[in-house]
Amino acid sequence: MSFSFLSRDVFSDLERLHRELQQAFEGGPSIRGASRGGFPAVNVGSTPQSIELYVYAPGLDPAAIEVNLERGTLTIAGERAASVPAPGDKAVIHINERFAGRFRRAVGLPDDIDPEGVSADYRDGVLHVSVKRRAEALPRRIAVQ
Amino acid sequence: MTDQTNVATRASGTPAATQAPALLPAVDVVEDAAGITLYADLPGVPRDRLDLQIDADTLVIQGEAQVELPEGLEAKHAEITVPRFRRAFTLSRELDTAKITAQLHQGVLTLRIPKAEHAQPRKIEVRG
Repeated sequence: MSFSFLSRDVFSDLERLHRELQQAFEGGPSIRGASRGGFPAVNVGSTPQSIELYVYAPGLDPAAIEVNLERGTLTIAGERAASVPAPGDKAVIHINERFAGRFRRAVGLPDDIDPEGVSADYRDGVLHVSVKRRAEALPRRIAVQ
Repeated sequence: MTDQTNVATRASGTPAATQAPALLPAVDVVEDAAGITLYADLPGVPRDRLDLQIDADTLVIQGEAQVELPEGLEAKHAEITVPRFRRAFTLSRELDTAKITAQLHQGVLTLRIPKAEHAQPRKIEVRG
């Protein structure tokens, strides 16, 4: 008789259930992982001239945020320090919901972006990345002679 | 200090149920001998859009995120759909609400609520 049923980890079962529920309610996650509920939250919008990303990542040192564009994928990575004291400290932690540690999010961009036209600024805890579309890809009106 | 968000949103007819929808900000609450420190994630909220209120024993944190969007922006993917944060806490009596200090830096609110002097631990000298 096999003991495989007994040795199964109850946590991996719960995790699988959680994934299935998530899938059922939110549709499939992006192929690059972390969708809703991850840190940081990301909003993406587009205009005829650009792609605009808003990364809700409060409490970072702007100099330590890594923004990389490689082969059409924009990656935002960084680290957020914990505000709660380490275990062993005399302080009591009542609520601990804020994300701490390293994070990384990747967003696939359309083909018509200009890799030289990327700008990023960080204000009030929101990182705004603007990626310009290539000039030749912009809609143009052709004058009829 | 008690988080009363669930109580406030479940009961219909309370102010929370009739207010505009808001996101629940993530918080950390740490207590030491001299008081309580609360950290809240409020990305996009500038100082003039942060509203802190203490009414009797209730602390309400509210903030409106101000993110400038270019003209003609079309949403492609949105995880933050409401530009507002709100969360309420019930304070306990030993906290000195008159001496609360607040600081907002890069979207993180740090609130320090000291304990009233009579509630702070004291070492009693034994004489004789």
